[in-house]
Amino acid sequence: MTTLTLSRAINEGLRKALENDPKVLIMGEDVGKLGGVFRVTDGLQKDFGEARVIDTPLAESGIVGTAIGLALRGYRPVCEIQFDGFVFPAVDQIVSQLAKMRYRSRGQVSLPVVIRIPCGGGIGAVEHHSESPEILFAHTAGLRVVACADAADAFAMIQQSISSDDPVIFFEPKRRYWDKGEVDTVNGVAEALPLDRAKTVLEGTDVTLLTYGPLVRTGLESALAAREDGRSVEVVDLRSLSPLDMDAICASVRKTGRCVVAHEAPVYAGLGAEIAARVTEQCFYRLEAPVLRVGGFATPYPPSRLEEHYLPDLDRILDAVDRTFGY
Amino acid sequence: MTVESGAATTAAPASPVITSEALGREPAPDQPGGLVQLLTPEGERIEHPDYLLDLSADDIRSMYRDLVLVRTIDTVAIALQRQGELGIWASLLGQEAAQIGSGRALSPGDMVFPTYREHGVAWCRGIDPVKLLELYRGVSHGGWAPEEHKFHLYTIVIGAQTLHATGYAMGLQRDGAVGGEAAEAVIVYFGDGATSQGDVNEAFVWASVFNAPIVFFCQNNQWAISEPLEKQSRIPLYQRARGFGFPGLRVDGNDVLACYAVTQKAMQAAREGQGPTLIEAFTYRMGAHTTTDDPTRYRLASELEMWKLRDPIERVRAYLARTGQAEPEFFAEVDAEAKRVGARVREACRTMPDPPPLAIFDHVYAEPTAILRAEREQYAAYLDSFTEGAGR
Repeated sequence: MTTLTLSRAINEGLRKALENDPKVLIMGEDVGKLGGVFRVTDGLQKDFGEARVIDTPLAESGIVGTAIGLALRGYRPVCEIQFDGFVFPAVDQIVSQLAKMRYRSRGQVSLPVVIRIPCGGGIGAVEHHSESPEILFAHTAGLRVVACADAADAFAMIQQSISSDDPVIFFEPKRRYWDKGEVDTVNGVAEALPLDRAKTVLEGTDVTLLTYGPLVRTGLESALAAREDGRSVEVVDLRSLSPLDMDAICASVRKTGRCVVAHEAPVYAGLGAEIAARVTEQCFYRLEAPVLRVGGFATPYPPSRLEEHYLPDLDRILDAVDRTFGY
Repeated sequence: MTVESGAATTAAPASPVITSEALGREPAPDQPGGLVQLLTPEGERIEHPDYLLDLSADDIRSMYRDLVLVRTIDTVAIALQRQGELGIWASLLGQEAAQIGSGRALSPGDMVFPTYREHGVAWCRGIDPVKLLELYRGVSHGGWAPEEHKFHLYTIVIGAQTLHATGYAMGLQRDGAVGGEAAEAVIVYFGDGATSQGDVNEAFVWASVFNAPIVFFCQNNQWAISEPLEKQSRIPLYQRARGFGFPGLRVDGNDVLACYAVTQKAMQAAREGQGPTLIEAFTYRMGAHTTTDDPTRYRLASELEMWKLRDPIERVRAYLARTGQAEPEFFAEVDAEAKRVGARVREACRTMPDPPPLAIFDHVYAEPTAILRAEREQYAAYLDSFTEGAGR
């Protein structure tokens, strides 16, 4: 076991992928010499060369579009979109091309492209640097959408994503980049959960808290606080946002009878809505209360001096947990 | 390589008023920035110092055959749409020379990225025209094996394929497939309207800074549905290349010999590692944008009449006949073959079955997800509730 920050764990995962498969490429803005604005790709260009770790021109559609072409030629590109709010120029290539090529070709073309996106708020940034656009991609058939929350998962999930023959949108919780965790860099991938499976990070009996990415840590802190009030919260890290691991979700909800979903993205038409609908359908007779959602408001992301009000924190999650006991 | 871009800068418009002349709507071969032309509309063979052709009479007869056959397929497809057998069709009428000339200039290993109108190039790459009809009938979104034919699937979003082509060309560089005997290159097709798209401009930047082995083949057919070139550009399109740092040239897109020659030369340069070239094939969309379009609402009949005099097929026929390189029997044989091909395509289209309903769920992911499997099962059960076995 090695202690790594989450960003370093991704770096190590990328390094392993580059070592294991000569077809793996890294591409994006500032990913080479600089090592990325968050240093996630630090040192990779130095060790693997400019042909494999590519500093691209500054255009997101170009990054994803050329990655598609490289994948058509047999490469496995890993694209970095510098910030969540900058992915939108690439959305046409992601939604209309990357997601649909397998379907269009009736299975004759695979596009094993990974798009890494640092996501979420909490770092005091200017506009466009704190968003959570995952639902747009989860709503697009043909994409896999995942979010890592801890260093061990980050190390394994980035490699699993690169190995996937489907395109993967890989969300990285940027405010957790510096969180440390224990990573098994030798057997960490071989022994990892499959990419499309959720993970119970804390067992509990009274209420299920479903969350992912940056709020997994917040969720754990909430569960520990709830324990002091005598409430046992089960925290499930969804990890895969599309497809959802409904078996794991329903198993937990059937056990606890209550469910709260927390994400930074706006509640309105967010992932929580899909989960609430499916849980209601599949666990109706076991529910003691409606599924409640905690998340961003139906507003654009606010200026950073207000983000502590926008982002679900320990108290807002506990408030929702309390409310599920009020029915 | 020698191109027209240097000379052409002097022809840039001095006046802010956009005119057809400034855009080169009616360029002549002897004007600066004029067309590369090897066969006049009257079928006169002319020489160009940069493009010495080495084609036999057989080659030119074979080109003529291709031109006639793809026009026949196009005509049949339009009729099939009118009869309700196709949902829509994007006609290549008038652009046969640009497509057959460039398509025949490619080596077997070269990779092609088409729009949705490259039926002539598809023909050159050995794609059965019936496969193209699948898409327009609504039976599939494509469905041929791109690598087998080295011809990518049709891309409907305007200009998106230029980035795929550029990425593919970057792959060739990484495979060591540039330079040497077995070198490969990429050609990507797009239209005049696409030059306004961000993706096309990003592809130009990428191809330029990475010196990618790619040819950008722009068929300027003068019309982006209803919008004339003046709505897309204040300068001739081939001059755009200069600003991105690679050569651009303009060819008579209705001259199959010239299209063949310029494409062959640009592809060879790409294969040798000299980087990208923009070819503007100056042509005309003689038909509607698609079968749903009505060009009489936005352009004059006289324009079409003028372009009919520059027909891409008639000039080859005139040349072959006048120089004695083809006898009347040859033309009769080609016409007879066209009839046979047309009949086969017609019949294959009319008898093409719809896919089974549950095919809708296939090939979304490498392996179906649990959510997809559940939806498929539910829908199959729903169908079965009406007629036993209908969905299976």
